[in-house]
Amino acid sequence: MRSILAVLLENEPGALSRVVGLFAQRNYNIESLTVAPTEDPTLSRLTLTTSGDANKISQIRKQLDKLVEVVRVVDLCDSPHVERELLLIKVRAQGDARQEVKRSADIFRGQIVDVTAQTYTIQLVGPSAKLDAFVKAVEDSGVDATILEVVRTGVSGLGRGDQVLSL
Amino acid sequence: MTEMLSGGDMLIRALQDEGVEYIFGYPGGSALHIYDAIFRQQKIEHILVRHEQAATHMADGYARSTGDPGVVLVTSGPGATNAITGIATAYMDSIPMVVISGQVPSDLIGSDAFQETDMVGISRPVVKHSFMVRDASEIPAVVKKAFYIATTGRPGPVVIDVPKDTTDPSATHEYEYPSEVNLRSYRPAFEGDRTQVNRAVQALLSAKRPVFYVGGGVIQADAETPLRELVKASRVPVASTLMGLGAYPGTDEQSLGMLGMHGTYEANMAMHEADLIFALGARFDDRVTNNPDKFSPKATVVHLDVDPASVDKIISSDIALIGDAQWVLNTLWEVYQDQESQRDEATRQKQRQDLDQWWQRLGEWRSAHGLNHNLEPQKDQSILPQLAVQTLYRVTKGEAFVTSDVGQHQMFAAQYYHFDEPRRWINSGGLGTMGFGLPSAMGVQMGNPEAVVACVTGEGSFMMNMQELSTCLQYGLPIKIINLNNQALGMVKQWQDMQYGGRHSQSTYSDSLPDFKTLAEAFGHVGIRVSEAMELDAAMEEAFSEKNKDRLVFLDVWVDPHEHVYPMAIKGGAMSDMILSKTQGAAS
Repeated sequence: MRSILAVLLENEPGALSRVVGLFAQRNYNIESLTVAPTEDPTLSRLTLTTSGDANKISQIRKQLDKLVEVVRVVDLCDSPHVERELLLIKVRAQGDARQEVKRSADIFRGQIVDVTAQTYTIQLVGPSAKLDAFVKAVEDSGVDATILEVVRTGVSGLGRGDQVLSL
Repeated sequence: MTEMLSGGDMLIRALQDEGVEYIFGYPGGSALHIYDAIFRQQKIEHILVRHEQAATHMADGYARSTGDPGVVLVTSGPGATNAITGIATAYMDSIPMVVISGQVPSDLIGSDAFQETDMVGISRPVVKHSFMVRDASEIPAVVKKAFYIATTGRPGPVVIDVPKDTTDPSATHEYEYPSEVNLRSYRPAFEGDRTQVNRAVQALLSAKRPVFYVGGGVIQADAETPLRELVKASRVPVASTLMGLGAYPGTDEQSLGMLGMHGTYEANMAMHEADLIFALGARFDDRVTNNPDKFSPKATVVHLDVDPASVDKIISSDIALIGDAQWVLNTLWEVYQDQESQRDEATRQKQRQDLDQWWQRLGEWRSAHGLNHNLEPQKDQSILPQLAVQTLYRVTKGEAFVTSDVGQHQMFAAQYYHFDEPRRWINSGGLGTMGFGLPSAMGVQMGNPEAVVACVTGEGSFMMNMQELSTCLQYGLPIKIINLNNQALGMVKQWQDMQYGGRHSQSTYSDSLPDFKTLAEAFGHVGIRVSEAMELDAAMEEAFSEKNKDRLVFLDVWVDPHEHVYPMAIKGGAMSDMILSKTQGAAS
């Protein structure tokens, strides 16, 4: 079971290391992690994706809640939510491949943000599965296109509708 | 007018305002401003140990026996790392403790300075929380928060790392000790959920084969009074964890003794056959449950714990009672009386009959394979370690504070010394720290100056912190050390006997043991050695005699080196799967 945990955390030195340390210490898996201060500068918001059965996810949430600097924890997957991830990919594409790569980027509503005679750098935003699908499409395109570099931000998310994670 | 104090003075002043009696510690470069502040005051006594690990265990023993948090002060680098084992010990057993570590000056942090170590980082997995002081002005608030966090909710150790510049005697700051703590992200439970309590009482009133499974959480929360009322009124048997011994009187007929890996036959059978397990401040540790998949197949599980993460971690509960054990037990007792009084006579009669049958089975288990508490010394035979504990129990009238180390002697002490009061049995249950016994006994004696304090240890564990005999002389601590000397690492050897074909890999050292009697004498204490069973009584009496009242006595008891601890759980089995003796295999 995949889980997207949204965590409000005191914006203090060392707080992030406690979260990361907890996962290492208890043998929990972190698939992605993103963290930044919120509109309230005393709080950071962290989004963390992990997986495990229901018991394990429940333990992870409880253990996170036990950390003194953790203010609130919710699992976005418990209810309707919006999740987004940003991907930057640098592709070497020459000849016919240039058109093909550009077409794929358009289909996935990606944007070309940098270009050289040999390469494209493409930016894509969406749920993780869409980003996976785009990377696979470029790999499998059958033309002379080579992926040089991929960087992803990890998942960020919000609950849909009136749901709000705040103090 | 507000007082102006240096950081070092503020730190000690804050400890005074927190009501601290003792600091257990060891000085060093980064902590010297703080030590100077200690020198210039009289309210708090500092106890100088011989190794920082001992300071943490002393603070721990003080905390376990008094209920007040233990306070430790060490320097940076090796001072801090030496404290880690004791911090981890306290963490695993949820003991309130505040550890103050000196740190190199702020501008040197990260430069690999002399005696620098990342204490906040190195202690992170074994603390409830930690603070690094960024500015001297924060010190009063940090101390207040540290004590609040250490002592509330599920208690635990808190580290305050103090860079030397923040204690600089030449810079003064306004001192005011905060009257309250404001932590929006930390909300410990002080109560519980009444609806869940109602459900739990209903389960208790309809159970046919109930058992209370009582752990250290009941002792931590000082909840023994409502527990005892509830147990007596409900006629339910009590099985205690290693950490819970004494919450319910060990000599009472409703006590089944300790459960788990070396628990009594009747306690483990009761857990396996129960239809209701009422867990109170216990966490279904692997040393209790054996194989969780085979754990108590017929039971409804009620689980009280202050830490929500302990509930449903190992064993799923049917009724979760998350909250403070004292509040929940008081409420349980109140609701129990209320619901009990509303029962009709037929229902009451029905449960009475069920419980009669249950007690009959418990009695059968007890008489078939219960521990023999009436051992007699035999002429020309070596001393059984069980007999040594039983003799200690008799001579101290069951009223001593008993600390232990880790291994066979620990299990024998838990099995054969009956604790009728909480906070009398002090041992490292979770981490299993050898070397804990002597320094924790010292902390117990500091916190209970008039009490009789015995440390039941083994020669292996004792030698891990025996330097503290010197500290005992300095502070006149009249501890009685009962050394069950089997000339080997007994529990390791037992496992090697049982699981490794008797190959005693690195578990014996009989040719190189010191003469403990003269060792004790060299440290200025009384040493006694006994190896004949018929002389044990007299030796034990001498150790606790009026003549030795104010002296530390080291009683070196040479015990039968071949003795094993039984019962012993069969690995991978249910709680009912036990080896009962060298010749009796699985009982169930």
